[in-house]
Amino acid sequence: MTLDVGRVRKDFPILDRQMRGGKPLTYLDSANTSQKPRQVIDAISGFYERHNANIHRATHELGEEATAAYEGARIKVAGFVGARDESEIVFTKNVSEAINLVAYSMGNASAGAAAPARFRLGPGDEIVVTEMEHHSNLVPWQLLCQRTGATLRWFGVTPDGRLDLSQLDDLITERTKLVSLVHQSNVLGTVNPVRLIADRAHAVGALVLADAAQSVPHMPVDVQDLGADFVGFTGHKMCGPTGIGVLWGRRELLDEMPPFLGGGEMIETVWMDHSTFAAPPHKFEAGTMPIAEAAGLSAAVDYLSETGRAAIHEHEQSLLTDALTQLTELAGVRILGPTEAADRGTAISFEVDGVHPHDVSQVLDELGIAVRAGHHCAWPLHRALGVQASTRASFYLYNTHEEVTALAAGIRQAQQFFGVA
Amino acid sequence: MQIQSLYQEIILDHYRNPHHKGLREPFDAEVHHVNPTCGDEVTLRVTLKDADGDPVVADVSYDALGCSISQASASVMSDLVIGKPVGEAMRIAQEFLDLMQSKGEAAPDESTLEDAVAFAGVSKYPARIKCALLGWMAWKDATGRALDETTGHAS
Repeated sequence: MTLDVGRVRKDFPILDRQMRGGKPLTYLDSANTSQKPRQVIDAISGFYERHNANIHRATHELGEEATAAYEGARIKVAGFVGARDESEIVFTKNVSEAINLVAYSMGNASAGAAAPARFRLGPGDEIVVTEMEHHSNLVPWQLLCQRTGATLRWFGVTPDGRLDLSQLDDLITERTKLVSLVHQSNVLGTVNPVRLIADRAHAVGALVLADAAQSVPHMPVDVQDLGADFVGFTGHKMCGPTGIGVLWGRRELLDEMPPFLGGGEMIETVWMDHSTFAAPPHKFEAGTMPIAEAAGLSAAVDYLSETGRAAIHEHEQSLLTDALTQLTELAGVRILGPTEAADRGTAISFEVDGVHPHDVSQVLDELGIAVRAGHHCAWPLHRALGVQASTRASFYLYNTHEEVTALAAGIRQAQQFFGVA
Repeated sequence: MQIQSLYQEIILDHYRNPHHKGLREPFDAEVHHVNPTCGDEVTLRVTLKDADGDPVVADVSYDALGCSISQASASVMSDLVIGKPVGEAMRIAQEFLDLMQSKGEAAPDESTLEDAVAFAGVSKYPARIKCALLGWMAWKDATGRALDETTGHAS
């Protein structure tokens, strides 16, 4: 199945709008957030127009429909990533919250909540991350280490933007309680060998979390094959709405973990002095959840499935190869991370000699080209690469080869504007 | 191109040839400010002198990493405040802050803001206002500390 990009583009109303000065929109910021197809927009407005009610507690027809929409989304998502069943899918606000859920649950276990030893941390225990993490998969673990006295360690990054696996056996030891790593880097595009690292972690009895925010939207991801115990991803980067993310966890772990947020719907029984908790996934879903967003996410999963994830991946790899070639040919442009398409996603961060990323992105914006400039919430990675900040272009299913060429031409224009070419 | 309203020639001149750049001794206070969205940073030093009981900005020196707007703004700022009484320099800083928050609606006063009027266009680009203010905020912070320092010494 080949992707018909012309047809795909018709599904995204925003791609029709004009930007400042009547320029067409060239949206190359999908690693930041993706655009939404009509099908998703309709699912959200359709939910509010016809089915809106609270879930699980309304004993009326609308409540039944809303509950079916919400729980139906859970079943959809479970199938999409190969969960054993939908009880392994916990809805969160975003990936940050999914990661914080695990971190705070372990923190609660460490503070005395009833839980098996594998979730408890103290001095002498270690958490391992990598230098290419988004702040959302770094800061929660720094905070957990501060709370528990555990030690944070990390894999370094090689100059070509891959994980330095030579440290594998030194980093992951019997002291390791958890390894948390990004599946696909939001800066470098690097796809990491999660399975290899997870196998080592499991051999020493550690848990593994994979931040799949940048991989699930772009390629088929099966949580069983990936080998992690927890996988986080988010709706808004996969054609769905903001406000809803996903934590997949192995059911036996979700069963044993203490709750994260307390509140309505996450309980079994409540007394004045204590409570017992619902079974997963509801144990981790306190309060009214993003219901319309779940309906939107469900439509996004349908959209990606019907378009074909293999076809999307193939289209993106073609754009990626084109972009790597065109950017490599530009004098004064240096790509951060792998310059070959193998084991690499479509986020391409680069430096332009003599032009600051803010200035590059400003000139591109003037041309209607939306990219991101800065450290992309990965400050330690930029520091490790010796780079103050970078410009990032990222591609998705609706992007075209003409847009790749427009990007290259725009970078040249920025170089000319600032007198470096 | 509308972008010329942002990148005025004066701004690009200051960016290419920044005034007063480089860290100098002696100084009364030093601060380090960053823009957390992009990692741009400035280290800035302020030296005050006493002129009949009225503190005057004797020198501003800085080292900065950042975009053209933040670099040029630090250069223009140091031109404007060096040699001025602190009170007057603070009023100019406030006028510049007001200009940045004007969404492109203000008519800046060239008699007080001089080259800084070139930044009027920045106020139409919300994402860049922080860039233009980085040096100014660092100067205000450093000057406040320098005043505390000198007052502290006096008592």
